[in-house]
Amino acid sequence: MGYLRSAVCSVVCLAGTLSSCTAGAVNVSISCGAVGVELQLCKSGARAWARKTGNTVRVVSTPNSSTDRLALYQQLLSAGSDSIDVFQIDVIWPSILQNDFIDLKPYVTQSRLDAQFSELVKNDTVNGRLVALPWYIDAGLLYYRKDLLEKYRQPVPDTWKALTETARDIQDKERAAGHRNMWGYVWQGRAYEGLTCDALEWVASYGGGTIVNDAGRITIDNPRAVQALKRAAGWVGTITPTGVLNYAEEQSRGVFQSGHAVFMRNWPYAWPLVNGPRSPVKGKVGVTQLPRGGAHGKHVATLGGWQLAVSKYSKVKKQAVDLVRYLTSEREQKRRALKGGYNPTYRALYQDPDLLKASPVYAKLYHSFVNAIARPSRVTGRQYNRVSSDFWNAVHFTLAGQGSARDNLKSLAGRLDRLSRPGWRR
Amino acid sequence: MAFNEPPVPPPARPSSLARQRVRAAYLFVAPMLVLLAAVDGYPLLRTIFFSFTDAHLGALEAYRFVGLANFRALVQDPVWWQAVWNTVIFAAVSVSLEMVLGVAVALVLNAHMRGRGMLRAAVLIPWAIPTVVSAKMWGWMYNDLYGVINHVLTAAGLIGHPLAWTADPHLALGAVIAVDVWKTTPFVALLALAALQMLPTEIYEAARVDGIHPAKVFFRVTLPLISPALVVAAVFRLLDALRVFDLIYVLTSNSRSTMSMSVYARQQLVDFRDVGYGSAAATLVFAVVAVTTVVFITLSRIRLED
Repeated sequence: MGYLRSAVCSVVCLAGTLSSCTAGAVNVSISCGAVGVELQLCKSGARAWARKTGNTVRVVSTPNSSTDRLALYQQLLSAGSDSIDVFQIDVIWPSILQNDFIDLKPYVTQSRLDAQFSELVKNDTVNGRLVALPWYIDAGLLYYRKDLLEKYRQPVPDTWKALTETARDIQDKERAAGHRNMWGYVWQGRAYEGLTCDALEWVASYGGGTIVNDAGRITIDNPRAVQALKRAAGWVGTITPTGVLNYAEEQSRGVFQSGHAVFMRNWPYAWPLVNGPRSPVKGKVGVTQLPRGGAHGKHVATLGGWQLAVSKYSKVKKQAVDLVRYLTSEREQKRRALKGGYNPTYRALYQDPDLLKASPVYAKLYHSFVNAIARPSRVTGRQYNRVSSDFWNAVHFTLAGQGSARDNLKSLAGRLDRLSRPGWRR
Repeated sequence: MAFNEPPVPPPARPSSLARQRVRAAYLFVAPMLVLLAAVDGYPLLRTIFFSFTDAHLGALEAYRFVGLANFRALVQDPVWWQAVWNTVIFAAVSVSLEMVLGVAVALVLNAHMRGRGMLRAAVLIPWAIPTVVSAKMWGWMYNDLYGVINHVLTAAGLIGHPLAWTADPHLALGAVIAVDVWKTTPFVALLALAALQMLPTEIYEAARVDGIHPAKVFFRVTLPLISPALVVAAVFRLLDALRVFDLIYVLTSNSRSTMSMSVYARQQLVDFRDVGYGSAAATLVFAVVAVTTVVFITLSRIRLED
């Protein structure tokens, strides 16, 4: 039936004007991520909308690597292609792709935006235009081994200093007890976007800012940032294996999930996996906010997550907007949270009894999401990838012992300064 | 090569038959030339063209000419020079090792012994595995906590604690070179073996009759005779090594301690979407490879003709 309708529609499209097509039932294309159950969830959500509205939906799966996905999107969008109407985009892309998406502000109520995490809504608003609607949220979390903390009577660490000491203590005692491969803390240290996320958390938790501030001024060369990086560099080779300098998310999960680490920094996706039926640490893991940078520091998590945007080149914008509104609605996000563990962007859902019953961890996640900070992608615009790359390289050098934190951050600031001299091209 | 060719005949007016043959030859080569111009020439020229513009991947058609600005910025970027330096070290060390090991393997394979056919097939396996697959495989073997390499070295008592092969900036480039040597030594061995099997047996019989030391036979007879084949192998390898990308990108990503010129160009083109600047880097990679090849071939030809 659906196919027939869209076939009729195409004929009408060819024969008549555009408006005669958009008035009837149409076919909307949406690009969805295909990691794990993501594609299945996207399909079932889109199908429900199609049934409700009488339109049809074509779900296009995209590469898993977000870098490849961005390259594909840019190819399609720079060619002005209408083959995809709704794009699923990463939290750092709104400013990069801003000119290819329509402003969604006229289509959503202010109260709907106010009900969601403000940092996300702010992130999706570029130059006063709402280029995307939040779909799910991510933020860095601290995973810890409940059983080991209990065994050695240690509290869950609240500061990086406490984490360092606890990790060292448990690691040494476990090693003495015969667990030779035990490490204290694993995270993401490879020279890639993930290191920018980790290092931003360290720096910001010490009050060292977010590399470039909201006004576009470069703030990274400051004593607190130096202090944060010094602390992190001290972990490498002591409580963290040197190999972390080439670890992405999955490598660190590998070490933690096989029981070789006390603490791990990772995204929420790891939670169902470390508690999976075949996980060696199943039921032994707790999760909490990342530590503070000291007595005056604060708990900080880097903001992640995915949004839905409508292409400027779409021929069925009205229906595409409607699909985006449906998929990002509170009801649909609750369904996705229950079915696949995707974290809703509506604050109220974190007190939802159904969700809390399914996964009590939502109460803890809430604090990390509220305290999440965005990477400086909005202010640096299309230069963001360059800024991020220069930052992660400076951090990577410091962690690898090539140059001091102070010197590396100073030369980073110099590089960013040259980059920003013509003005950030937003 | 040069000295294998027959002596050049004295110049004379080409006969009509000769002219006809030349025409036929051009006719046969033409499709190939058209194809090369389409798939090699056009992209190359377009890349060179873009290197003088400020084109951006988001809007490829909206560019301005900026003259030599991209190249000026490039030569002032220390990261680029680090990439050049990494590539030169990678190419020099890996190609030298591959030549030495390749000839050694070829000599062994050329000996008459049982199971020679099996051995020849087995030696080729690293060359047959796609680079990305072998890079991933070595990535796991190099892993600091689970990797078999650390396991073996620790068990043998050679290292006290596990090393982070691909993460430690002092080890990473060496680790990458080792994989490349493992992978492409069979290629050199194959070319050297082919040359060895073409050698006339009489010379060796004469050498044996005269009682000349095998080492001297190798350096005075075998090596000069197979050197044309080795030059070809070295040129191929050098070309490949100077534009190395996949192995380094898969093993160590964009890390600056191992970044090659091609990895640098890709990062500018794709990650930073700076088509103009990235094209300038790609153009320099092309220039470096072209110049090196010409210099290398010229030098080896002079030496061979001596």
